[in-house]
Amino acid sequence: MDLELILRVYPFFLEAAWVTIELSVLTAILGLTCGALGAAARMSRMSLFRGIGAAYVSVFRGTPALIQIFILYFGGPQIGIQLDSFSAGTIALGVNIGAYMTETIRGAIISVDRGQTEAARTLGMSRWETMRKVVLPQAARMMIRPLGVNINALIKGTALVAPISVIELTYTAQRFIGSTYKPFEMFLLSGILYMAIIYVVGQGISWLDRRAQIT
Amino acid sequence: MGLDFSVVPSYFSVLLMGAGWTIAITACAGIISFFGGIIFAIIALYGHWTLRLPVRAFAWLFMGTPLLLQLFLIYFGLIQVGIDLPAFVAGVIGLGLHFAVYNSELIQASILAVDKGQYEGARTLGLSRGQTLRRIVIPQAVRAVIPPMGNNMIALLKDSALVSVIGVMELTLAAQQAISRTYRPFEFYLAVAFCYYIINLALEAGLRHLERRIAASR
Repeated sequence: MDLELILRVYPFFLEAAWVTIELSVLTAILGLTCGALGAAARMSRMSLFRGIGAAYVSVFRGTPALIQIFILYFGGPQIGIQLDSFSAGTIALGVNIGAYMTETIRGAIISVDRGQTEAARTLGMSRWETMRKVVLPQAARMMIRPLGVNINALIKGTALVAPISVIELTYTAQRFIGSTYKPFEMFLLSGILYMAIIYVVGQGISWLDRRAQIT
Repeated sequence: MGLDFSVVPSYFSVLLMGAGWTIAITACAGIISFFGGIIFAIIALYGHWTLRLPVRAFAWLFMGTPLLLQLFLIYFGLIQVGIDLPAFVAGVIGLGLHFAVYNSELIQASILAVDKGQYEGARTLGLSRGQTLRRIVIPQAVRAVIPPMGNNMIALLKDSALVSVIGVMELTLAAQQAISRTYRPFEFYLAVAFCYYIINLALEAGLRHLERRIAASR
C-alpha cells in the first residue's frame, strides 16, 4: 500500500467524484421522468401507447447499456445528433435506467389492491381522479425502496461513461492505474468514494421510506 | 454522412464470431458465478471467522463498486503481482466473481429460509453437519433462487460487453474493429445491439423453460 501516492493523487479523485455525483443526479432525474412516462404509456388505454411502452422496456433492457451509450455518442453524429461525451453519457444512461424504472413504477401501481380502484370508481371518481387521489399515493409509498435499488445500480452504472472519456471516478482510476501501475491503491481510492456516495444516497432513501410509512 | 447498412453484411462472419465469444464468456462466467455464489454463501454463513470476514469484506467491496472498476483491478492487479493472464481469462474471472457475490446474497437468504425442521430432521437421522448442508439444505435453497439467479445471468450477458474495454475479443470489440475500418459506428453498434437482443431473448426463453421444469419437479 503506497500511502504517499494516495495522498498525492486523492484530490483528482475527489474532483472526479463530483462528476460522478453530477452524472448520477442528472441520470436519476431523467430516468425517473422516462420511468413515469413509460409506466403511463404501458398502462394506457390506447394500445399504440402500450405497444410503445412495452417496446421501450424490452429494447433498452434487452441490450447492453454500454452499446446504447456508444450508439448515441459515436453513431449520433451520423444522424445529426452531435453531443459532448458528458451529455451523451447522461442521456443514454438516463433513458436506459428509465426502462428499469418503468417496470418498478408499474409494478408498484398494479400492486395496489384492485378493490381500491373499483370502490373509488363506484363512488363516482373519474379514472384520472382515482389514479391521482387513491392509487398513486399508495403506490408512491411502495415504490421508494425498489426505486432505491434502481438508483443504487445507476450510481455504479455511471462508470460506463468512462469508455467515452468522461472524466469521472472510473476513468480517473483507469488513468492513474496506467500512469502509476498501482491498481490496488487506485481501486481502493475510487471504491471508497463510490461506496460513500452509495451509502449517503441509501441513507436518504431509507429516511424517505420511513417517513412515507408513517401517516 | 447518412446511414448505409450495406457494409454490415460483409462483416457478418466477424460479428458472428464475436457473438460466439460473447456466449462463451457468458457461459464460463455464469458457471463461475453459480458455483462461486454457493461457495461464498456457505462460507459467509457457516465458515470459520478467518474465512468469513475476508469473504464478507470482498462481497461488500464488490457490491459497492462498479463492475468496470473491478475488471480494471483484476486485469491490471494480477499483472502487478506477476500473473499475466490473457484478457479473456481476466474478463471471465472478473465477471464471474462480480455475479458470484450477487448470487451469494440470494443463496444466503434462501438458505436461511429453508425450514429449520429439515435441518433438525436430517441431523436426527444421523447425517453430519456437512452432509445435511450438502444433501438437504443447499439443494433446496439453490432451487428456490433459480429464477432470480436467472435474472443475474441476463444481467451478466449484457455486462459481458464491458470486457471489451480490457481488450477481450467479443461482440462489442468485434464491432469496434469493423468500425475502425469502415467509420460506420451507428450501423455496427445497432447491428450489435440487435445481436445482443437476440441472444438475450434466447437466454430468457431457456431460463423460462428451466423454471418450468423445476416447478414441475416439485
